[in-house]
Amino acid sequence: MNKFWIFLFALVPLGVLGIYFWAHAQGGALWFPAGISEMGEDIDRLFWIILGLTGTIFFGVEALFLWFLFKYDGKGRDGQAVKYTHGNHRLETLWTVIPAGILVFLAVFQFKTWKEIKFRSNAPDVPLHARVTGGQFEWRFRYPGADGRLDTPDDLEAVNVLHVWKDRDIKLQLESRDVVHSFFIPAVRIKQDLVPGMKQLMWFKVTHTDGQPAPDLHEIACAELCGWGHYKMKGRLVVHETEADYRAWLTQALAKQNADQADLGIVE
Amino acid sequence: MNSNTAAPAAAHDHAHAHDHHHHQSFLTKYIFSTDHKVIGIQFLFTIFVTLALGGLLALGVRWQLAYPWSELPIIGKLLWPDQGGQMPAEFYPMLTTMHASVMIFLVIIPALTGAFGNFCIPLQIGARDMAFPTMNMLSYWFMWPALYFFLSSFLVEGGAAAAGWTSYPPLAGIKSAAPGSLNGQTYWLAGLLCVGASSLLGSINYITTIVKLRTKGMTFFRMPMTTWALFITAILQAFALPVLTAALILQLLDRTMGTSFFVPENLIVNNVEAGPGGGQPLLWQHMFWFYSHPAVYIMILPAMGVVSDVISTFARKPLFGYKPMVIAIASIAGMGFMVWGHHMFQSGMNPALGATFMVSTMLIALPSAVKTFNWLGTLWGSRIQFTTPMLNALAFVSMFVIGGLSGIFMAATPVDIFIHDTYFIVAHIHYVLFGGSLFGFFAGLYYWYPKMFGRQMNEFWGKVHFAGSFICFNLVFFPMHILGMSGFPRRYADPYSFDTWKDAQPLNQMMTIAAVILGFFQIILVANFLISLRRGKKVDGNPWRSNSLEWHTPDVTPGHGNWGAHPPVVVRGPYDFGAPEAAQDGYLGQTENKYPGVKA
Repeated sequence: MNKFWIFLFALVPLGVLGIYFWAHAQGGALWFPAGISEMGEDIDRLFWIILGLTGTIFFGVEALFLWFLFKYDGKGRDGQAVKYTHGNHRLETLWTVIPAGILVFLAVFQFKTWKEIKFRSNAPDVPLHARVTGGQFEWRFRYPGADGRLDTPDDLEAVNVLHVWKDRDIKLQLESRDVVHSFFIPAVRIKQDLVPGMKQLMWFKVTHTDGQPAPDLHEIACAELCGWGHYKMKGRLVVHETEADYRAWLTQALAKQNADQADLGIVE
Repeated sequence: MNSNTAAPAAAHDHAHAHDHHHHQSFLTKYIFSTDHKVIGIQFLFTIFVTLALGGLLALGVRWQLAYPWSELPIIGKLLWPDQGGQMPAEFYPMLTTMHASVMIFLVIIPALTGAFGNFCIPLQIGARDMAFPTMNMLSYWFMWPALYFFLSSFLVEGGAAAAGWTSYPPLAGIKSAAPGSLNGQTYWLAGLLCVGASSLLGSINYITTIVKLRTKGMTFFRMPMTTWALFITAILQAFALPVLTAALILQLLDRTMGTSFFVPENLIVNNVEAGPGGGQPLLWQHMFWFYSHPAVYIMILPAMGVVSDVISTFARKPLFGYKPMVIAIASIAGMGFMVWGHHMFQSGMNPALGATFMVSTMLIALPSAVKTFNWLGTLWGSRIQFTTPMLNALAFVSMFVIGGLSGIFMAATPVDIFIHDTYFIVAHIHYVLFGGSLFGFFAGLYYWYPKMFGRQMNEFWGKVHFAGSFICFNLVFFPMHILGMSGFPRRYADPYSFDTWKDAQPLNQMMTIAAVILGFFQIILVANFLISLRRGKKVDGNPWRSNSLEWHTPDVTPGHGNWGAHPPVVVRGPYDFGAPEAAQDGYLGQTENKYPGVKA
């Protein structure tokens, strides 16, 4: 019977390996969404490094654990002596210092990427591409018009669709209209909470769009519970190949907006 | 009973004088009891109720994730006849919010600190009772208003709190922000204030009892790990809770008195002006996590203590590295106060601050690693008895390794950008709190049951419960890591409306089925628990041949005052299994006192 328990515990590392390769084979919703940015590749690489390291530790610990269960099974060994020891100073030092070293290394190793993605001093020196306002339950994007400045009469307002173009530093200002939201583009691997009363900056660059899904179908999600319709805050990221394509879309959208406003008798 | 005198001598005389000829009514003996053992058992019975409640709420969540917008089985038609029995979108966040709140505040914390803390501490240190028995009774009875507030909040206008167990304002604070924020949130805050009072009363009591009431010879470094862990946990609670209490009261004022501690200027939510403003939503997050991160350790440290006791007993070998283990628990508690910001990496908090929180968070993995290595060291060269408590303790170790290591991904700030608020986090917390704390609780339950009731729980059904729980637990929660890698978001009533995640539904259905089976296996536990009260195998005072003091009471199930006329005298540490002078099966008790119920 004891062997059964050892087998049961052995199912854990085996199952972990199994589901890992199964999910890898499945791809799609069970794996990283295809990345389209450089920062995404950095983040993925860090993920794999940590997975490699923790995976090694995990299988090491599991192997030792299972080996001990097997070797020191007490069945039929009643009355046999055990190793009467209260510990070992050298071992304690060893397994404190080595993990400490690994952990500090891991932490320091993250600094560069973290700084590049989030420190404001690292924000690209470009004008704001758009202002994102989160609200229950939609994303509003305000793009500067021909004058390149926000909050002027020629701005474009769009709901739930963010247009950008490739190889361009995109800088966004994030605000919330009501409660806390979080602007999350899985394909870009970027996420930032929007806190009412605060202005956040976010920047990224789409560098490759060859992955699936189609270039205009990257989804935007809300990652901070914002109410009953939290799951409804679905936006779309459309990546244009060139700036000219983007400008063409912008001109067209502005013309449509002006026409709609004229119809409604809104004069700004 | 008015034995609420703190002085040990007085308690001693009192207990002595009244020991066997003191008639108590049913009401004072079992309901308003001040006896620490009865209170511990009261907590235990209550936890079966709250565990069932929390589990059912979880199954509601799982149902929606497996078969969104379809009729909820059994109760769907009853609850929502107009919608064909399917849960409305407003209800889903109430489920996640209340599942987490019930499980954390009404199951795990009271199970480990309430049930085991009360039952074990005085017995393990050779005391006759807690230092403040009446306060102890109050600590139990404060649980009930909390449960009342949580339950009744489902019936108020708007329904139960729905802003997550983290209750971030303005969503939680502004009445127009969510249906659950209309009234339910106020009930939630009231419930949590009661839980806080309960915890605080308990923790002050534990600290005082351990510092003042240890029996002769019971030095600090002769205390079993369970008591050590509960001691440090109590200190942690005493220091962290006031901050949460303050935050709860501030949110309550925001909601009821028109203040704006967490409300920024000019905020309009759903066309309703949200008050004068001038506050800061992030302030709540800081205050909340300043308590709630240590709370994670409040939920895991006692389980670590229990598991250490159980592993050493059934390995028939001294705990490897006893002092390093104590130091590890203490440093987890100390560092636990310096890591709360890792919940806020993406919150808009200064990213430079995030970087420092990353370093402290990485380092807090260290004592956990040390503990794991020491458990392995305990198994090395041992003689393992695969009893039900031992199996659950071994499961703790093997699950905690996963839960600990997955924490490193989140500690790494850049990786956290992607996995924050995804199912990766849900996987992590459940590996720590279910795989860890709850399996630790199971281990302790099977282990101390004979001391509580003089009978043993059925080993066969105990093992069936263990095997089923262990397999189903992993089937439910391991795939969540995989979902997390795809960015699968938490707290979504319908993630499949996104192309990115629409293919994840079959996996979620499998997980839901496993969750239902997991629930059924808990029925075996409850049945085994209840039936064994009458039918369980009768045992002597020390069926596991353990060394620590609680197994050396004069009666099989200790009576009021625990120790009869003569409190025990401690002569050695709790883990001297297999010492040269030990009995053949490795037993070497902590006390030389030999009582009728205990075989030498």
